[in-house]
Amino acid sequence: MFEVLANLIVYGLLELRPGSDLADALHFFVMDTAKIFALLVIIIYTMGLLRALLSPERVREYVRGKPKWLARTLAIVLGALTPFCSCSSVPLFIGFVEAGIPLGVTFSFLIASPMINEVAAVILVGILGWELAALYVVAGLTVAYVGGVVMERFRPERWVEAYVWKIQMGRLQLPEPDNSLRGRHRFAVAEVKEIVRRIWKWVIAGIAVGALFHGYVPEAWISEYLAGDDWYSVPAAVLLGIPLYSNATGVIPVAEAMLGKGVAIGTTLALMMSIAALSLPEMLILRKVIRWPALALYASVLGVAFTAVGWLFNAFA
Amino acid sequence: MKEIKVLGSGCKNCETTAKLIQLAAEQAGVEIALEKVTDMAEIMAYGVMSTPGVVVDGKVVHAGGLPGPDEIRKWVTE
Repeated sequence: MFEVLANLIVYGLLELRPGSDLADALHFFVMDTAKIFALLVIIIYTMGLLRALLSPERVREYVRGKPKWLARTLAIVLGALTPFCSCSSVPLFIGFVEAGIPLGVTFSFLIASPMINEVAAVILVGILGWELAALYVVAGLTVAYVGGVVMERFRPERWVEAYVWKIQMGRLQLPEPDNSLRGRHRFAVAEVKEIVRRIWKWVIAGIAVGALFHGYVPEAWISEYLAGDDWYSVPAAVLLGIPLYSNATGVIPVAEAMLGKGVAIGTTLALMMSIAALSLPEMLILRKVIRWPALALYASVLGVAFTAVGWLFNAFA
Repeated sequence: MKEIKVLGSGCKNCETTAKLIQLAAEQAGVEIALEKVTDMAEIMAYGVMSTPGVVVDGKVVHAGGLPGPDEIRKWVTE
């Protein structure tokens, strides 16, 4: 369906010759834009209908006071399902600390949340197939779990800003959500608008980069710099991902184009994770609650974990 | 007069929420005292973890994400 649409626009309407760089790039762009936005609207709406209003406040209640392994598992799964804007990561961090949730568990939540979400997962299935989507999700969950455990070993409590421990949280009593079908529909529509407005730029940018990559970057360049199974291509991809920042959804078209050009699967996964979860802006926001050593540790643990994931998949793929 | 507070550390959604509330109040011809709360300790004291939060006359009515136009109208008028 989307292929037909793209054919119609690129070859029919614009009368471009199939096979030229420009036509290839445009075709990719039109097809992915249509496909991703259609999937986005459907999945966000459906999740909006189903979601029993998961919010960070509720996650905190579920997680607090549970044994550590259970707390961590819950934090990761709920982190993947709970949308929250990165500007909320400071109050979220403080809220978790205040509830007595161990720091390692909080870090697991902070790692899982940007890296995995249901929107990205469904689009991954739609664009790259369910095998790759499953690999990405399982690898992401594992990194979040192990990452939090490793962070804990370094006793990150000593790097938390002193004021964080002193904050007393009030009890929140939000009005009961409207659970009628109409109320759910309204909530779902609001969710679609809110999330699409927040991420459309990342998605378009991702598709555009993917399209350029698809149309203009020659395979020879790729095989020389990225596709090789040299050990350093994975850490290089992780490093490349740190200054690049995008939403997990926006990364997918880039990954699609890379895989199409023959970049190894582990290298691609490592780059995707690094772009989505290791970002300078988010680090700077977290600086308000933890000091530099903890941030450096956070970045290193993630960097090492993504590299390990990349090597692992390159070795077995 | 209604006292409305917008809780948030100055992110874009918080700014927008404050503006929308101000606008709704003007349209309804209701006078409100709008305050932006950026102090983290004070925000947390309301129990809000996802910003922007909205407090009307001391009661939290909203947390996380932009509120809808219907919701805002209700806060201002009721």
